[in-house]
Amino acid sequence: MARHDETLPPAVRKAAPARRQFIFDAARMACGVGMLGLGLGLYAKQAKALPALALRPPGALAEGDFLGACIRCGLCVRDCPYDTLSLAKPEAPVATGTPYFTARSIPCEMCEDIPCVKACPTGALDHGLTDINRARMGLAALIDHETCLNFLGLRCDVCYRVCPVIDKAITLELVPNTRTGRHAMFLPTVHSEHCTGCGKCEKACVTEEAAIKVLPIALAKGALGQHYRLGWEEQKKSGGSLIDEKSMVDLPDRLPEGTTLPGHYDPASGMTAPPGMPGSAPGPVPSAPPGLGGPAVPSAPPGLGSEAVPPGMPGAVAGKVPSHPPGLGGGR
Amino acid sequence: MSDKRIGADARAAKGWFGAHKWLLLRRGTQLAILGLFLLGPLAGVWIVKGNLAYSYTFGVLPLTDPYVALQSLFTGHLPETLGLVGVAIVVAFYVLVGGRVYCSWVCPVNIVTDSAGWLRRRLGIKGSVHLARTTRYWMLAMTLVGSALSGVILWELVNPVSMLHRGLIFGIGFAWTIVLAVFLFDLFVMSRGWCGRLCPVGAFYGLLGRVSPLRVSAPARAACNDCMDCFEVCPEPQVIRPALKGAATGAGPVILAAACTNCGRCIDVCAKDVFRFGSRFNNALPVGEAGGDRAATPGQF
Repeated sequence: MARHDETLPPAVRKAAPARRQFIFDAARMACGVGMLGLGLGLYAKQAKALPALALRPPGALAEGDFLGACIRCGLCVRDCPYDTLSLAKPEAPVATGTPYFTARSIPCEMCEDIPCVKACPTGALDHGLTDINRARMGLAALIDHETCLNFLGLRCDVCYRVCPVIDKAITLELVPNTRTGRHAMFLPTVHSEHCTGCGKCEKACVTEEAAIKVLPIALAKGALGQHYRLGWEEQKKSGGSLIDEKSMVDLPDRLPEGTTLPGHYDPASGMTAPPGMPGSAPGPVPSAPPGLGGPAVPSAPPGLGSEAVPPGMPGAVAGKVPSHPPGLGGGR
Repeated sequence: MSDKRIGADARAAKGWFGAHKWLLLRRGTQLAILGLFLLGPLAGVWIVKGNLAYSYTFGVLPLTDPYVALQSLFTGHLPETLGLVGVAIVVAFYVLVGGRVYCSWVCPVNIVTDSAGWLRRRLGIKGSVHLARTTRYWMLAMTLVGSALSGVILWELVNPVSMLHRGLIFGIGFAWTIVLAVFLFDLFVMSRGWCGRLCPVGAFYGLLGRVSPLRVSAPARAACNDCMDCFEVCPEPQVIRPALKGAATGAGPVILAAACTNCGRCIDVCAKDVFRFGSRFNNALPVGEAGGDRAATPGQF
């Protein structure tokens, strides 16, 4: 910087304050506008945090990329035949002007020709998506086991019935209802391999607040560690067990005194497995317990098949079916 | 300054319509464009889909806002073919007719800030926070750099222009508060503050129009009687002086500054018909001036 003193030539003396002023002006602008930019940048960072229940249209890029690609024109909104999509208003917790939908209000109907994607002029909705079944708007998750009617042992099944990818994205898994002791529970189970996140299940859930909700995939999915190997999958792949079954040792099972459990062996309580039973001799471990597809148990007590009820359970005694289980007002 | 209303002389000379010709044409254009966009959602007549950021007309004509597309490019994203074609068409159009024609003939916020400017004059509000007119270029640079750094199309998070236009077409929500804020800012805080000093959209379009052939010119500048009405009514008064008062320095009569919005209000309010729409290439000194050897005949628009 030229110093403003008598030793400098007059031209420099005159130019120095002007140049200094210019630099100051530029600095003032850069600082003022820069601060504004900083604020905008922080706001942009906030805008990237999409609320869990705001879903992007099919084919939407990852949120960070989407906000750099979407120019907020609303063509996807216009070409959606079902009024599913809307553009975010400034007060919505979604980046202003970007398209989203709320599954519980109007879910995605999964049009075969995906008009919203075709309408997008920028590719914020990826034009590479031509099969709507490959869309991943989110992932349905049966969040609340306490209010899902099927979990309560009833047969609602509505989410399963309305699923556009029925029997693939949502299946009903049967498990015994231990409360009644003689029913099955049909548990709606979502499979991420097929779920598109369209939200029709969430829309259709009959409870006051949906027990099944579509969430961002990152929220809905866990992740197994890379080191996990599923033995049964590996067995399928290699066509046989990966370990030497011959050298497997059956360790004793500790049982309460005086109890016996067919097929098990407890040297401490004097219970040894009868000959021919697993545990009576060294050998390969059965792949499943008896009664669940394992080898039949020759010396099992009569009536202890897979179709009968163990003694002491309701239904073990032939006669009138109790209206309630014992201890809950039911007779023995 | 006399106590007379701005343009009173022009009304006396040319009649009310003569003194408001370009203003009426401009408001008509602004409202017609808005009307075309609204026909779909309000009446189900889908001539135009979309909004000013991108629109699709008759299912054949794509139009993309080049400034939004440029920010998107800075985030590292390239639009689809239709989007790019839309950019090319819009850029070509505004390079021809003058970049800031967007501001004065299309932008919906122009009606808001012009209303604020008009009310400011009527109420006689004096005093204004000073901010250099170059601020908008800093804003423009900031939005581009910011888009690159954040990966988000930065200005679209807060842009009152798109908020208002999108709001009118897709549902306004709380966007009206932003628009009201711009109105009050121009009315009480800073005269011609938003469009003249802050808005990066206008800055961008201004740069686009630096070479536009269509310009306002002052071929009859010899007739100027220094009433100052054009300066009073002009949203960018600094652009007038070189053309209007350039006879002494040998400057031509064409307003070459990129900040000129080609709004034509100076043509309206001039009782002496000093101004005309013309071509930037018709910048020879008018007849009767020192060095003027041929009549400048800007095309009539």
